[in-house]
Amino acid sequence: MSILAVTEVLVAQNIAFAIIAVGVVVAGVRLVTTENVVHAALWLVVVLAGIAGLYILLAAEFTAIVQVLVYIGAIVVLFLFGIMLTRARLGEGETVNKKMRAPALVIAVAMFALMAYSLWGYFGSTELEVMGRSTAELGQTTAQVADTLFLTYLIPFEVVSVLLLAALTGAIVLARRD
Amino acid sequence: MLLTDISPLLSATTAGESYSDFVRSYLTVAIFGLLALGMVALLLGVGSIIRPNRPQPGKYLTYESGVDPVGEAWPQTQVRYYIFALLFVIFDVEAVFIFPWATRLDSETALVDSSGNVFEILGPYGSYGLVKMLLFIAVLALGLVYAWRKKVLRWM
Repeated sequence: MSILAVTEVLVAQNIAFAIIAVGVVVAGVRLVTTENVVHAALWLVVVLAGIAGLYILLAAEFTAIVQVLVYIGAIVVLFLFGIMLTRARLGEGETVNKKMRAPALVIAVAMFALMAYSLWGYFGSTELEVMGRSTAELGQTTAQVADTLFLTYLIPFEVVSVLLLAALTGAIVLARRD
Repeated sequence: MLLTDISPLLSATTAGESYSDFVRSYLTVAIFGLLALGMVALLLGVGSIIRPNRPQPGKYLTYESGVDPVGEAWPQTQVRYYIFALLFVIFDVEAVFIFPWATRLDSETALVDSSGNVFEILGPYGSYGLVKMLLFIAVLALGLVYAWRKKVLRWM
């Protein structure tokens, strides 16, 4: 294995970031411009997968896994089921209602400004130190989450199962109404 | 987790090296995904090149096991299918908790301070960890039993 300097790795990281970021932006634009709601939900999968790739580039392994499992798995499934259950006609010729474009644009710009302002205010120009860490440390982030969950916060973790059970039974009761 | 991977003093070179090792392990995932996409593009592309092109209106009907299709492909589905989506979401969240647990069930972890020195080594969870997770899964399985008893899982 060749010895890589930090600068070479940084260049490679930036190239990978650029490729993924362009893909995410293109998919995001398609997401809001597509005529079909189901296609929009499928473009959302591409956007979320790209974000998961960016998390991997930041060495945030567990966050990326949660992104794939919860967002691409659960949230998109709920979106698709929600679309399938509504009375909205999705066949050919039917298009998405675009009357709310202006308010949506205002909200999007306001959200972007808020998040950019708060992120910039908190982090400023500090760089994330993924380079200065050893392989063991980088690969360990998931293990650290595991240790926190299963050693320090074991009882809350077991309580979570009861919470999920309550959500499951509640959903069944609401959906069956008998 | 190999404890020999932890170098007490990190030079600038090994710092870049370890990060690239971490990302390289995920390069496999990227290559796998790109190969899958390339395979689909290849099969569809080769198919469109070598197949004869004789369009007929009957060929553009939706295939429904040989009979003429009834209705549209975009109907409104019944609300009771939503329960399957909800069941999936619950067990998806369960998988989120199983993932970090699985990384530590059989392997030890070393606690490293800011200068890279190991100050404590925690053992694998072992059978105690197995019991913890089985308890978690058992409580959630009660929900599945409830769904079963309520005949939610029955295909009507």
